[in-house]
This record gives sequence, structure tokens and C-alpha cells, in this order.
Amino acid sequence: MSTTLDRIATLHAEATGAIDAAGTVAALEELRVGYLGRKAELPNLLRSVAQLPPEERGAVGKAANQARQALDVLIESRGTALAAAELDARLAVDTVDVTLPGVPAQPVGRLHLLTATRRAIEDVFCGLGFTVVEGPEVELVHYNFDALNHDPAHPARGRSDTFYVRRPRTDSVGAHDPANEVVLRTHTSPMQPRAMAAQAPPIAIIVPGRVYRRDSDATHTPQFHQVEGLAVDEDITLADLKGTLLAFARAIFGDERDVRLRPHFFPFTEPSVEVDVSCFQCAGTGALKPGPTRPARCNLCKGTGWLEILGSGMVDPNVLGMVPTGEYDPERWQGYAFGMGVERIAMLRHSVPDLRLFYDNDLRFLAQFG
Amino acid sequence: MRLPLSWLHDHVVPDLDVRALATRLAMTGTEVDRIDRYGVDGLEHFVVGKVLTCGAHPDADRLRVCTVDVGDGDREAAQQIVCGAPNVAAGQTVAVARPGAIMPDGSKLKAAKLRGQTSAGMILAEAELGLGDDHAGIMVLDSALAAGTPLAEVLPISDTVLELEVTPNRPDCLGVYGVAREVHAATGAPLGPAPWAQDDHPAFDAIPGVTITVQTELCPRFTARAFEHVTVGPSPAWLRARLLAAGLRPINNVVDITNYAMWLTGQPLHAFDLDRVAGGTLTVRAAGEGETMTTLDAAERTLDPDVVLIADADGPTSIAGVMGGQRSEVHAGTTRVLMEVATWDGPNINRTMAKLGLRSEAGARFEKSLAPEQAMEAQAVASRLMRELTGAEPVGGTIDLGGPGPRAQTIRLRDSRVVSLLGAPVKRATSHEILTALGFTVAEADDGLDVAVPAFRRHDVTREADLIEEVARINGFESLPSTVPRNRTGFPGRLTGAQRLRRRAEDVLVGRGLHEVAGWSFTEPALLDRLRLPEDHPLRAVVELENPMSEAQSILRPTIVGSLLDVAAHNAARGMGDVAIFESGCVYRRHADPAEPLADEHHALAALVTGARAPASWRDGASGPADFFAAKGLLEAVAAALRVELTYAPAAEWPFLHPGRSAEVLRAGARVGFVGEVHPLVTADWDLDAHAVGVFAVDLGRLVAGVPGVAAYRDVTSYPAVRQDLAIVVPDTVPAAEVVALVARSAEDVRVFDVYTGAQVGEGRKSIALHCAFRAKDRTLGEEDVTRLRDKLVKRIASELGGELRA
Repeated sequence: MSTTLDRIATLHAEATGAIDAAGTVAALEELRVGYLGRKAELPNLLRSVAQLPPEERGAVGKAANQARQALDVLIESRGTALAAAELDARLAVDTVDVTLPGVPAQPVGRLHLLTATRRAIEDVFCGLGFTVVEGPEVELVHYNFDALNHDPAHPARGRSDTFYVRRPRTDSVGAHDPANEVVLRTHTSPMQPRAMAAQAPPIAIIVPGRVYRRDSDATHTPQFHQVEGLAVDEDITLADLKGTLLAFARAIFGDERDVRLRPHFFPFTEPSVEVDVSCFQCAGTGALKPGPTRPARCNLCKGTGWLEILGSGMVDPNVLGMVPTGEYDPERWQGYAFGMGVERIAMLRHSVPDLRLFYDNDLRFLAQFG
Repeated sequence: MRLPLSWLHDHVVPDLDVRALATRLAMTGTEVDRIDRYGVDGLEHFVVGKVLTCGAHPDADRLRVCTVDVGDGDREAAQQIVCGAPNVAAGQTVAVARPGAIMPDGSKLKAAKLRGQTSAGMILAEAELGLGDDHAGIMVLDSALAAGTPLAEVLPISDTVLELEVTPNRPDCLGVYGVAREVHAATGAPLGPAPWAQDDHPAFDAIPGVTITVQTELCPRFTARAFEHVTVGPSPAWLRARLLAAGLRPINNVVDITNYAMWLTGQPLHAFDLDRVAGGTLTVRAAGEGETMTTLDAAERTLDPDVVLIADADGPTSIAGVMGGQRSEVHAGTTRVLMEVATWDGPNINRTMAKLGLRSEAGARFEKSLAPEQAMEAQAVASRLMRELTGAEPVGGTIDLGGPGPRAQTIRLRDSRVVSLLGAPVKRATSHEILTALGFTVAEADDGLDVAVPAFRRHDVTREADLIEEVARINGFESLPSTVPRNRTGFPGRLTGAQRLRRRAEDVLVGRGLHEVAGWSFTEPALLDRLRLPEDHPLRAVVELENPMSEAQSILRPTIVGSLLDVAAHNAARGMGDVAIFESGCVYRRHADPAEPLADEHHALAALVTGARAPASWRDGASGPADFFAAKGLLEAVAAALRVELTYAPAAEWPFLHPGRSAEVLRAGARVGFVGEVHPLVTADWDLDAHAVGVFAVDLGRLVAGVPGVAAYRDVTSYPAVRQDLAIVVPDTVPAAEVVALVARSAEDVRVFDVYTGAQVGEGRKSIALHCAFRAKDRTLGEEDVTRLRDKLVKRIASELGGELRA
């Protein structure tokens, strides 16, 4: 009996060595057939267990079975390892030029810089609690000027400043009501009275949109874009305006920015202020290379350290009082309004030198932004 | 408003350099556009000289060679200067510019040789200093002046000028003294007495031989004074220098006095030659319809009853407040002057100037509504100068029709309101001080101040908020805290649903490689012809501008297609012929109801593709050129992203599109836009005929109307589908969409994957190959179920479309 058991041990050891040494999946398959195949010795030993004396059968059968199972496992794992190694070897020579572009070539489109900038502005003010509303571009003089407290002689009303729309003569009498005249809106502000007539206070809106003025040179185009803001409640102050615009300026021009208010005049705000943001190119110093020699003047802010970004102020009591619903009693309600030029913000932020580039729509310009 | 610094210093001398002053003014509400220099620079090179000798030039008849003592002392000999003036002579005291001097035109004087003779500078004529037009001879100065005296101490040869941007609510700052008052309030520097404080004119209320009548409400005040023994001539150098520095042209002493007084007080004046005022009568009245007159600029003007004029016995002499007439103009021989200073209705002056296309310095002030009180201020200033500079003597006293304006309004300024509007308190004493400095009369009250408004701020300051602005702007905003208000609206900040969907639509196109463009809202009327629109086409109902910048921008675009073609042509002309662009913007049409004043505007989304459909790739090569289907594919992508179902029908209404390759875009049966290839005649007109040009345009509002903001879940755990491909042969005339719709009644996910025409399906027929999926809600379909469904489908195809399943 011991000879049989010895033989099994010898076969097991011999096969284990051979399997470990097998270098290819094919060689391993040969070993599998050689040791575990139908004609191999170990399976034969197992099959002939029945012919052994009964007292030997158990031990021999068990040994042979264990040896066969162990070899099965060994071949299996060795096979996996060899297959992986062979795949690796094949993949190692299956190379592509990884520097070639992807296929198919994917075109990249861009939003126009004005849209990208407008969206950035909208998102800042949405975050500050403003709702975005829009209004007509062809607008009544009433909303564009009268309801915004413009003096009847305000120069902006002039034919030299504002586009008027030709109206078909419907009235035979010729009675021409100036308040019924129609213009291309000169600012997004007409939505202030429109929105207030539609919504009781408190209100917090911004109004993005296209506006028109009769002006054309490197710094003026007859059409441009504005974003208007209006916030009215019982306790909104000029300090709130400053804080809101500071938050805006930091969101758009960087966290280090500061703002300052400069008194100005607008018919529909009182007090009125222009808002400057500290220059982001020179960090508000006005100089680019401060040093022992004369500092270079910052070309962006022209050495002032400040960039004008918008006009604003506290809503004029007359504007509130003129809201036809009567819901904006100026003794109770107060608030601020502001209006900024989208082009101006985009030009400052992206160093665009000429306003007209926005409307040339040259693809080489468009591809740079958005 | 050009403000010569020396003039300001007559009234207030702030302890700030000019830049600091400009900043202070800007920070208190008066923007300084720029700081300009008037006259010469390099002042140390301008001196008084004594002509010691004056001899002939050896080689030039017209030149004289002079030696001039320029005060350099014993150490240096007198300078040799060559001079071309006929009046130069030994013994004269003259003005000399030495090398290094910078002349008014900016040129720098150098030592030179003139026909071989060295010249160390030049002896100056008035014109060379910018003081006048007189080139004829050099200036001869007072002989008491010592050689070497700086010329700037003797003559007004140089000044610093602040160019102020005065806001329209502050006509008082269109006068030097008004700005001086601002500077006083802003800097604390003491303010000198008003230049009109003393008025020595005789105090009668009539002028012998002069009758004035005012027949209109549009003239709140009319004042007149008369002078005789007037000698008209040039103004003295100081006056001319001031006017020139202020940007006004000196004319003669009388006219210069009116301009000087206007610049000082902000109140325009007009001088008549009293002997040319026919009948000695002036009548202020509305013009007659069609009445004409010739203004000082030699133009004949046709007037109407809304224009106010001043007429004498012979007819109109001035358009009130805007411009005088030629007939009664002061001239060289004038000896008697009528000085008219009036107040006019601002809005009326504004309308008059707009109507006549005529603007003047006077009108620009009157249109801002001046205070009647200012009229007598200007009279006082002018009367003094008339006496001093023209030798004039008063005739009679002052005719004053209308008198001063209404009594001062007193406004309560509540401390509590100051803090509640600004968000930070201002001490009552500070408010008191600021308002007093600005010319308000201030008295203490229980809860604040009672503030009386001076006449010159009557129109601008009428309410408490106006006073708060005055206090706040002078007090400064630096100390104001930065706070953010609570949002009590009850809504979060947000975009509307339509705005979110618009962004999504734009992003879909950007994601497919299109560049967004920004076209002009304006366009040319010729666009309508270039788009081949017939006379009655709805797109011809355009919005027209009354006062366009040019014909090319005289209407508003009725469609974005023109803008897109323009942009494509711009880029194609620069070698960028593969164009994939879109615009998201407004289009405008006249409202269908003529009584509706506003336009019919809608926000459109439109795209244009031409040239290669996609960038070429190294493996797959170039893609084919864009066409109808490229444009349609983009629109389908937008619609799918927005979850909008669109259908398409052959188009008939768009003459700028290829008639066989264009479609109406329909949503729920209603038109929302079009898609197609641009008509070859149109592409040719834009020089875009190298390739087909695909476009689509949709009304975004109609496209997304009613799209639910929130998508609801649909079951995905249903029974498996049986996927099959069907090839269906139908007559050519049957649109693919009908085949798809019919199949979709029995199956899901129906998609066209091939279209075949040719011999195998027969003449006049086409085969449309579809992927589709048969599925039941309640069980897995078996073979016989599918067969049954297919059989039903085949019958329908035959009966409804005249088609059959391809074998």
C-alpha cells in the first residue's frame, strides 16, 4: 500500500513542479492532459481503487483524490496567470499613437461673451434673492421717461439721443399725446414702473436686456445691453445698496475688490450715486510697478485706482408715488435701483479693447470667450 | 462747463492742488472730465524784455535784428532776437519767449538762425500767446515794467482749466460763482461775496423811449437796461483771456460782457443795438404759424405758435432764449445798447431747440429752467462791466416784468429720515453746516432742521429726499457701512421657467459646436427685398424708426435670418467658410392692431450652418456639407432637450428658403418657426453660394409654452420588447413622418434608419426602413403576438398609405 501512496505523492510533487514551471497556456494544457487526462496515471489510480484490498481503498482513494483536486486548482490558477501574462504581452505590442486627436473630432461652441457675462450677472443676483424679469424693447415714452421722473426737457428725450418709432397716423385730429410716443428703450429702467405696477412690495428684481441710444463710436454702439436692479421694502437703505453692489463686484471682479459711491444725478433716484469698483489690474493703487523709480500708471483705471461700473441710487419718491396701484406709498416704502452696462462689465473683465468687437461677431473673437 | 482756475480763485481759493480739487469735486457730485491747460507752458521762459537796439537784417528786408535785455543781469549780454513785426523799435518794453518756452499750440521754442542771424527766442504778438487774432504787430507793454519780470505776472498767458460735467439738475453750476459755492461747501474754503452783491444802476423802473410788453406765460421774467455813449471795441486782454480759456470766442466788448456775465452767473444775456430796435418797443409773444426770421447764424427759420419770440415794431428780432437776430445785433458803430436778461420756460426752450435743430449756450441753460432771480444778478454784473469797459452810461433804470420767483419753500429734514434712508446717521450739526454752505437757510426744529431752499435750487430741491442727497453727497459715502437687505419678498432669487429653458436651448446648440452671435436689432429696409419677400408678406410689417442713425439701420429686424447671413458672410469673407452659429434674441414686427403702440416682439432662437457639418477627422475624413437635415437635426436636438414634440410640414410661406427643402415647424399643429436651406438667390446675394446654407428659426416663447417645469416619472420596469426592423414601401409622395406615425400606433421607438429609392422598389416608390419595438404593458409578447401585430400593421399600411412591407 505504501508504494501506491508513495507513488501518488511522487506524482503530486512531480506535477506541482512541472505546473509551476509551465511557461505557456499550451504547455500547461499538455501537463493537464499528462497528469489528469483520461490516460494519465493519477486518474487511473483512482479508477483502480476498487481493485485494492478493502483496508487500503480508503487511504489510497483519499490521497489520490486530494492530489487530483490540488492539481486542478493549481492548473486553474496557473492558467489564469499565464493567460493574463500572454494578454499583457499581446497588448504591449498593440499600440496607437496616443498623441493623435480623438475621433470623431468634437466641435466646441461658445456662448457670446455678452450672454456669458449676462448669465454671470444674473446668477450673482439670483443668489442675492433677486428674480429675473424682462420687458419690451419697443417702449412707451411714458415708461421710458415719464414714469421714471424725467423732466419734460431732459436731454435724453431728444431726437438726437433717443430712437423714436414711427407711428401710423391713426388719429385724424392730429392730437399727439407725447406720453403715447414710442421709443426704443434707452435703458432697462422702464421695467421698474412696469414691475411695480404688477407686483406689490416688497420687490427685488433684476432686468437684463437690450437697450438703444443714438451714439456710435469706439465707446458707444447704438445698441447695447444693461442689467437693471430694483429692491423696494420698508427699510432698504443706501448702505444696503452699497453692500449689495460690493457683493456683486466681488463675485464678478474678485474677492479683494472694494466699491465706492460717488454722488451723481439721475432723474429716477435720489440720492443718486455712481459706483466705482477698485481696479483689479493694479489692486486699486493706480500704479502697475510701484518702486523707487516713477511708478507706471495703470492703463485700465488711468491711474485712479477705480473703475466706474454702474449708476444707481435710492428710488425717487416720485417714481414710487407714480405707481398706479398706489401700493408704493413713498412715506412707507423705499429702496434702491441700479443699472449696469453688460458690455462695460465684459470689457473690463476680459480686456476687450473696442465695443464694436461684440457686434462684429468674428469667429476668432467669439471662440475666445463663453 | 470749462472753468478757468484763475476765475474760480476770484471767489474761492481751496487749499488743494488742482488734482485733489478735481477728486474732491468728483466725490461730491461734480465730475471733472479732464484738467486742461490754456495758453502757454514753461512759464519761466516768458519774460518782460526791453528792446535796446533794433537794426536792419543784412539779408532780409522784412526782418529786424534786435538786442533785448531780458533781465539776466550783468553777467550776460543782452540777447539777440530777430523780429519780423513792423512796429518793433528800440526803447519798447515787450513780451519775450525764450528758448524752452512752450507755445499755445504745444510747440517748444528753440534758439534758431533766421537768414544767418541767431535769434534767442521771439518778441511776441498777441496771437502768438493765444490772446487774440492780431498778428500785425508785437505787443508793447507798460514801460514801467522791469526787464526779466515774469510775463505771467503781467499778462494772462496761462491758466488751468477744469472741464466739468455738470448734471442737468444743476444749472447753477453752469456759472463760475455757482461752482465756487460748491467748492466752498466741498472744501470749507471761504466763499467771497456774490459778484452781483453791489448794483449801482439807477433804481428807476422805466427807460425813456423803451416799451416792453410780455404776452406769454412762457416768459416768467423779462428785464432790460439801456446804455448810451457805448464805444464798441476789443475787450481788454484779461477778459479775452478768460473767455478764451472758457472756450468762448471774443467778439467785441459788449458781446464779450454778455458772455462773461453768463459764464459767471449762469444766466444768459442778450445785447440789442437800441437804435436798431424799431420803435423802441419789444414784444414777447408766441410766433405766428409759419412766421420766419433770420437768426445770427444767417439761417432763415420758420416758426410756429409754440415758439416764443421777441419782436420790435418791424417784426421778430430774436428767438427767445435761443438765438438773437441779425437785424438788431450790436456792431462796430453801436453807441446805444439795450441789455435784455430774461427767464424762459425750460421745457418750451427745449422743444424749440429740438424743433429748429438749433442749440446754443444760452438755450442749453434756459432749457434747465433758471431762477428768475438770476436775471437781475446778471444785469448787475453786466452793468458794472458796461460802465468800466465801454464807457457806457445808464439811460433810465430797469424795466422788470415778472419780478422774482415764488417765495422760498421750507422743507423739514427729519434726523430719523436721514438715518432710515442712508442706513447711517449724520449729525444734525453736520447737516446744518453743509446745507448752509450750499446756500440754504437752515433753522433748528424738534426732530431735525427746517430748510429754506435758495432760488437757484428751487427746481432741484423740493422734497426731504433731495435734502438728504445734499447732506449725503457733501458728507461723503466713505463712512457708509456695506449691508445686505433681508429678502422679504417670499421668493428665492430665480429665473423663470422660460428663462431656464432658453438657457437650456442655447446650451444645447453650444454643446453641438455652434457659436452664439449677437446681431444688430437694426437693419436696412432693403433686407426685405434681399429676402425676396413679396409686398403683402407678414414679415414686411416692420417697425420703422423715425430718426435712425442711417438708412442701413432704419428698421428693426423682423427675423434673425438676416443677422445670421450677415455674420456668416462676414466670416466667410475672412476665410472662415465653415460656419455654425446661432442667435438667441428678439425680433420685432408692427402690431397687427394699429391702435397698439408697442411692437409685436418675440424672443427667437435661430441657427445657421454652412460648409462642413463637423470638423474633419484624421480617420473618418471630412464630413459632408451641412444642408436641410443638418439644420433640422440641430432643431430636433433642441426640441428633444426641452421635451417638446415638433412636427414638420412642407413650407410655402418663406420665399428666402429653397422651396423643396424647407419646412414649417409645428407644435401641436401650430406654427412655431421654419427650417430649411436658404434659397440660392439669397445665398448668392450674401456671397455665401459656395455651399448650401441651412437655417432654422423658432419663436422660443411658443416653442416652450406649457412645457412642464417638472418631469413626471414613467415606468421603466415593463415587459421586454421584441425589436424588429421593417422596410415599408410607399409611394414617393407619402412623407416619412406619416409612415413613422402609423407604425408608432402599434410599436415603440420607431426610428428611420434607411431610405431607398430605385429599381428594386419600382418607379415612384420608396422604401423606408425602420427600427421598432413591439411591447405589451402586461406580459411578454410571444412569436404569434408579434405576428398578429405585424399583420395588422401591414393591413393599415396598405389601406392608409397604399404601401406594403418590403419582402
